[in-house]
Amino acid sequence: MELDVTDTDFYRTPIISQASDPENAARLQRLWETPPGLRGQLTTVDHKTIGIRYLVTAFAFLLLGGLEALMMRLQLAHANQHVLTPEQYNQMFTMHGITMIFLYALPVLSGFSNYLWPLLLGSRDMAFPRLNALSYWVFLFSGLFIYASFLAGDGPNSGWFNYVPYSSLSYNPGQGIDFYALGMILLGISTTVGSINFVVTLFRSRAPGMSLNRLPILVWGTLTASVGNLLAVPAVSLAFLMLWMDRRVGTHFFDDGGGGNPLLWQHLFWMFGHPWVYAIVLPAMGIISDGLPTFCRRPLVGYTPVALSTVATMFIGFGVWVHHMFATGLPPMSLSFFSAASFVIVIPSAVAVFAWIATIWMGRPVFKVPFLFFASFVLLFVIGGVSGFMTAAVPLDWQLTDTYFVVAHLHYVLLGINVFPVIGGIYFWFPKITGRLMDERLGRWNFWTMFIGFNLAFFPMHISGLLGMPRRIYTYSNGYGWDTLNFVTTIGAFLFAIGVLLFVANVALSLRRGEKSGPNPWDASTLEWAVASPPPPYNFAVIPTVASRHPLWESHLSEEGSDSSVLDRGPLLAQGRETMGVTVLDGEPDVILKMPPDSFAPLVMAVLLTALCYSALIHSGWLCALSTVGILGCLLIWLWPTALVQSVKCQTMDVHYD
Amino acid sequence: MDTPLDYLYSFGPAADPLVKLGWGLITISLLVTAIIAILLLVAIFSRRQKARPDAEGHLPITRDSGGMMLIYIGVGISTVVLFASAVWTIFTLAAVASPARAPTLTIDITAHQWWWEVRYQNDKPALIFTTANEIHIPTGEPVRINLATVDVIHSFWVPQLAGKMDVIPGQHNSTWIQADKAGDYFGQCAEYCGVQHAHMAFHVIAQTPDEFASWNRQQLAAVGAPQSETLQQGQNVFMTRCSVCHAVRGTIAGGNLGPDLTHVASRGTIAAGLLVNNTDNAAAWIDDAQALKPGSSMPSLHLSPQELTDVVAYLGSLK
Repeated sequence: MELDVTDTDFYRTPIISQASDPENAARLQRLWETPPGLRGQLTTVDHKTIGIRYLVTAFAFLLLGGLEALMMRLQLAHANQHVLTPEQYNQMFTMHGITMIFLYALPVLSGFSNYLWPLLLGSRDMAFPRLNALSYWVFLFSGLFIYASFLAGDGPNSGWFNYVPYSSLSYNPGQGIDFYALGMILLGISTTVGSINFVVTLFRSRAPGMSLNRLPILVWGTLTASVGNLLAVPAVSLAFLMLWMDRRVGTHFFDDGGGGNPLLWQHLFWMFGHPWVYAIVLPAMGIISDGLPTFCRRPLVGYTPVALSTVATMFIGFGVWVHHMFATGLPPMSLSFFSAASFVIVIPSAVAVFAWIATIWMGRPVFKVPFLFFASFVLLFVIGGVSGFMTAAVPLDWQLTDTYFVVAHLHYVLLGINVFPVIGGIYFWFPKITGRLMDERLGRWNFWTMFIGFNLAFFPMHISGLLGMPRRIYTYSNGYGWDTLNFVTTIGAFLFAIGVLLFVANVALSLRRGEKSGPNPWDASTLEWAVASPPPPYNFAVIPTVASRHPLWESHLSEEGSDSSVLDRGPLLAQGRETMGVTVLDGEPDVILKMPPDSFAPLVMAVLLTALCYSALIHSGWLCALSTVGILGCLLIWLWPTALVQSVKCQTMDVHYD
Repeated sequence: MDTPLDYLYSFGPAADPLVKLGWGLITISLLVTAIIAILLLVAIFSRRQKARPDAEGHLPITRDSGGMMLIYIGVGISTVVLFASAVWTIFTLAAVASPARAPTLTIDITAHQWWWEVRYQNDKPALIFTTANEIHIPTGEPVRINLATVDVIHSFWVPQLAGKMDVIPGQHNSTWIQADKAGDYFGQCAEYCGVQHAHMAFHVIAQTPDEFASWNRQQLAAVGAPQSETLQQGQNVFMTRCSVCHAVRGTIAGGNLGPDLTHVASRGTIAAGLLVNNTDNAAAWIDDAQALKPGSSMPSLHLSPQELTDVVAYLGSLK
């Protein structure tokens, strides 16, 4: 191999080395390992640790939100129950929505993506490891911040959608809404920095040869969701800031009496809210698109249409927010536009559905537990899809909206498209994360309990909705025909909860007693399965070179191209924490990226940001000033330059990047 | 089974096209779900060579071509169905946007946490009157409904007569309803509006035009003086304890924070549909409203037994 070496600080030719060399492993281990102990725990920037924390924290919130749901189901099991007071019920459904949508659904997917991205992409970490840590800490603190409202004696009670003027000071004088508003601004910071990190990681921090047309669909999903979040989150952060100012500073953005407009809140909220719905399903659909083929023993049918439909969904997703507002009295012309857009958005979903079915059809399915979750997801996705299609029809939506039909729809969408892939994804990647397989037998019990419980709980809601049962009512009386349906729903909800407990039990048991998995128990095709389970802190001993979408299946799939991926030999990059930076589209090696060491800065920054929000909550000018100064100081330390970027002057391997 | 909020049945031209569209889209949805379920089951269980591990224990991996055709056909059919549904939707939207002829009756509805103020408009101010939670309309006539709120956002919904229309502060939303058959149609607030959102119901009573006219005349009549000692006592209690919030036309009671009670005895329910209007319920409501509808503006008055009997009797006389 001809190397053109320029011996300056700015140019370096990476050493090409063997992955199997134990000296390399030891050296990288020293460089990347986070020391054990509390200090290590608080300072680590390892994407795998952060990913696991995201998963565990999000799951804890899922359990909390589930408990809230069960209490509501007890209250609604029969007519005229008194399990909860009206106020308690309203706080329950509000916190249930906030928890599931904001504190579970996206963070759990961020967990998968944080853990998997560098492994999928053949890199050693995310582009901004410290930003990654910050994103997690801020998410955790914002969740605790919102939940602290209960300790203050006053949870938010105006629904996750938080419509003004009910959430304004006149009708909601307690602090619950302030906790919610400020917590959401805080969470917005986490989502934003997390999204930036994903986008930059994708564009920069991949293995050579990992061109855009070779990315796993999960990466497409998370990338699309992240770009969507970057455009959508500002709307909601702004809305919550304006609401807080209306409440505590005396502005009148949403106050009709002061020249404001209550409907402005709904526009800002749903301009964020609807794209967000796609942000919390697209990565999960990616889990299916990557996981399902493994168990069908063939590549995904229609990779390109599925990748493009992912992007198209998000794009159209920005033009449908008004379908949450069909009954607000907007002119028929604009309703027609948003109705049509809501119909159009079904098309990319149809592409994905038929691609999944074709993949199963053309493949030879292996009925492992992840397959059960992935395949059943397709059906749940379609049920959630067709009920969404019905609500897209404006005049029909005037009947359906704000009834249990919509509750059924959104749970089919969010549980079907998020929870089922997530649980299936855990079964799939658990061996990679822990080195042990989850129990297959318990897994089948877990799947069937969840599947039956889910449908028993949520299918009858369609009918109670068609029978006119409104959403967000804390009780109902006999004589509306809703009694039996609600009782069945409650039974189903508890059955589903048992399914979730079986899952937790399976995780706990398998952690200790699970069968050892080895690096690639499913004989899967993507890069994460090329490294040990669990992966070493540096992920890859040498940076791999990728020549196809399925680096580990190349020997089986001759038509993948003339070149083959090289996983056992490549650039070592071990002069400090380093990984490869590549060009955006083709993934040609470009620079050596210097990665930061473990640091307290993300945690300190997260604490200071939380303190800033707390100062707004308690109206403390002192705390506000102190935390602002602290944040600026922390930024200074964080951004202090320590290393120079070093360009790679050569191709790493003899591979054509076409 | 009695299902008064069931919107798959309709009794007027503002709701009929919605029912047709509803059944149409339900049928499409069920068909799509069934087809996908069958495709999925066939895909999973169709007979084919099972994947058998090779010598090293690996399952083989194949890439048969042909799957793309399923995507093309599936997406093609979906697109046609979606297009047809969108066209049907827009035609339905046009069909219910406004009534066939201009409404002769206009009713102003003002939503309160958690009840409905109902004001019958008329060109002659003397013929305007106010009632609450019960809207009477003549059959076969389109009725214009103008919506306003004094507090938060609510949504006006009579499922069997029309779709929802939100009631938003500072915004003049209006809708229309028409009942082709006499009857008691249930209505319900459909936008979450606070702690008693569950108990913000109302009724639309559709009557033949003659019956409606006589109801209208009766509502316009002023309340006469109490005819007995008990009623006089009851009126006294009402004036001291209730009149700050409630009005009874023809007396000095002119409060406007709660429902107008001028002809309360003619209504079927009290407390925004929560209770059937009878002596026991009225007494229970006046005595301890907070137990029945916690958080509502109606206080628990805890009157003495005598006062309670008297005031209930008085209200019962307001026919």
